[in-house]
Amino acid sequence: MSALQAWLDQPSVTIMLIGALVGIAASLLGAFLVLRRESMLSDAISHSVLLGIVVVYLLTGTVDTPLQVVGAALAGLVTVWATDLLVRSRRVKQDAAIGLVFPALFAVAVLLINLYARDVHLDTDAVLLGEIAFAWLDVVSLGQLEVARSLLTMLVITAVNLAFVVLLYKELKLATFDPGLATALGKRPTLVGYALLGLVSVTAVGAFDAVGAILFVAFVIVPPTTAYLLTDRLWRMLAYGCVVAVGSSLAGYALARAYDVSVGGSMASATGAFLLLALLFGRHGLIARALGRRAPRAPQAADGSVVAEVSLAGPAEHGRGS
Amino acid sequence: MEMMVLLGDFTVRTVALGAALVGAVAGVLGSFAVLRQQSLLGDTLSHAALPGVCLGFLLAGSRQLAPILAGALVSGALAALLVLLLTRTTRVKTDAALGVSLSLFFAFGTVLLTYVQRHQGAAQAGLDAFLFGQAAALVPADLRLIGSVGAASLLLVALGWKELKVTTFDADFSRSLGRPVVAIEFALTVLIAVAVVIGLQLVGVILMVALVIAPAAAARQWAKRLEGMVLLSALFGAVSGVAGALLSASVRGLATGPVIVLVASGFVAVSLLLAPGRGIAWQLVQAVAERRSLRAHRVLLGLYQLAQDHGDPRYPSEQGMLDTYYRGGSASALGRLQRRGLVERVEHMPEEGDHWVLTEAGQQQARDLLEPFGSRDGADRTGAGT
Repeated sequence: MSALQAWLDQPSVTIMLIGALVGIAASLLGAFLVLRRESMLSDAISHSVLLGIVVVYLLTGTVDTPLQVVGAALAGLVTVWATDLLVRSRRVKQDAAIGLVFPALFAVAVLLINLYARDVHLDTDAVLLGEIAFAWLDVVSLGQLEVARSLLTMLVITAVNLAFVVLLYKELKLATFDPGLATALGKRPTLVGYALLGLVSVTAVGAFDAVGAILFVAFVIVPPTTAYLLTDRLWRMLAYGCVVAVGSSLAGYALARAYDVSVGGSMASATGAFLLLALLFGRHGLIARALGRRAPRAPQAADGSVVAEVSLAGPAEHGRGS
Repeated sequence: MEMMVLLGDFTVRTVALGAALVGAVAGVLGSFAVLRQQSLLGDTLSHAALPGVCLGFLLAGSRQLAPILAGALVSGALAALLVLLLTRTTRVKTDAALGVSLSLFFAFGTVLLTYVQRHQGAAQAGLDAFLFGQAAALVPADLRLIGSVGAASLLLVALGWKELKVTTFDADFSRSLGRPVVAIEFALTVLIAVAVVIGLQLVGVILMVALVIAPAAAARQWAKRLEGMVLLSALFGAVSGVAGALLSASVRGLATGPVIVLVASGFVAVSLLLAPGRGIAWQLVQAVAERRSLRAHRVLLGLYQLAQDHGDPRYPSEQGMLDTYYRGGSASALGRLQRRGLVERVEHMPEEGDHWVLTEAGQQQARDLLEPFGSRDGADRTGAGT
């Protein structure tokens, strides 16, 4: 026990653990967002959770309550819902709808900070950079152990996300690859989608302290995209994503120490190095492409029709998708 | 009044002029981004400007606008190239490519920003302004730079108007005409990046995307032609810029960017609701009017058919019966028909309620309504039923 305590008492261990947990929690959900072509929703959510955090702060005067998580999750869901509403009004396209909703909410949040919450915990730099470097200072007791508060929060969030993905694996897979069939089977793909985005919002709040709201996006999108270039199986994509996220946290921390720069920023930048490697050497990367070693085509039945097979290549492209 | 006083102030006038320019340029180029469904490219371009801002600062060694904007433009263009590389050569989809590019460039930007903050001492003070915008930092020299770059990009749009238009609406047709579509698309992306970059100091890297999207999305609701949309979008952008700059200058401590963005978002909300033809409120009013007119027509045809069935063109129908027929509320429809001279109220028997007959005009109107269906006079009563 005391050996574990001694290990946890090292700031670098706590910081790397938090980074790794943010990475795992984010990339588990991110894999589905990337496959559902909703990656940019994570960008929108990560901006607008700030509004939830600020509003709860103004109402309760604290930034560390579970209420914060609820408020931020609500703000995230409101973003998704409002975007959806705009798209369904058929007056703006989806890309513009996303780009209209979250800047407005984010702008309100920044102005509220400007007006009412100056010089408190919520300064706007924290939004961008996070405060992972100081996370180990704020500890809570857990039995005989003293654990950094952010570490505990991220541990819980990661466990919830993992449980969500494992328990609803079939539903998530079906809702992602064939929402029509999912509806027909009564699997409620819309509900599954909202649950996914709700968890993205909650994870964004947890990550807010650690890496900052905007860098969180890197952990949601880059590891799964890296994994997407490496494999055709969903579970492998999830696993590779986690590996990339953990590796980035460790490498990023080392780099941040070496050059004395933002820890969250360099962890997020490190994911880019992994992407570059996958882009060059991955199964679907540039070198494989240049050598003409493409992904195997869908097997054809005797009559020449394509045998249906769920593959990460995803549902058929609609148009050129710009 | 306060606004007028503010306008007299030299600094504020500089800022307002700069904001108007930035808004107008963003409005014009944003129109193309929105129509090409590339709004989020603006998001990527604006976040991706951050490392360029820092590099420009590091290379120039001081906070001069020109190298900073040049750096921002270069890193924006690199981010756009990364998106292109990912979508064109791998199976990564556009949304993920935009997100990857945005977050990686922004992450690297924060690394550079903290590097500048910790290694260059107090000299960095100005760089924070590029996150959320700080109008007060704008000096006349900056305005000249923003003005000339902005004017140059507008001139390019005017010169290449036809090419931009045809490529935006029908890239295949444009290609068949032998236009260099890829080059035009690339030029457009660079121009959008220019629009983003010149707004950075006022609006900041995080919210600049809104000034690209919002005026264009608002203008789209009012305009049917590209020309009108672009002009209106430029106007909305300029007004948002000026109003935002003045508002933030009049309240201490307000960052300029968020105020500009909220004004632009206000334009979008109003346009979505009220724009003639496309506005939501407008269409609701129209739907109500149409429902009323449909109801009146049904009552008219009901009267006509009752008259037909009784072989009497002036057959008096009782209002109570019509109410039962149409589940109540035929009074307002009858009132409307009466005002148009199509029906008239008659006394039938003193004990009974109001009765109505068709006038000559009413009978003619009923025949006109039925005519497209080739209905013989005594067709069934479905006109009155369902």
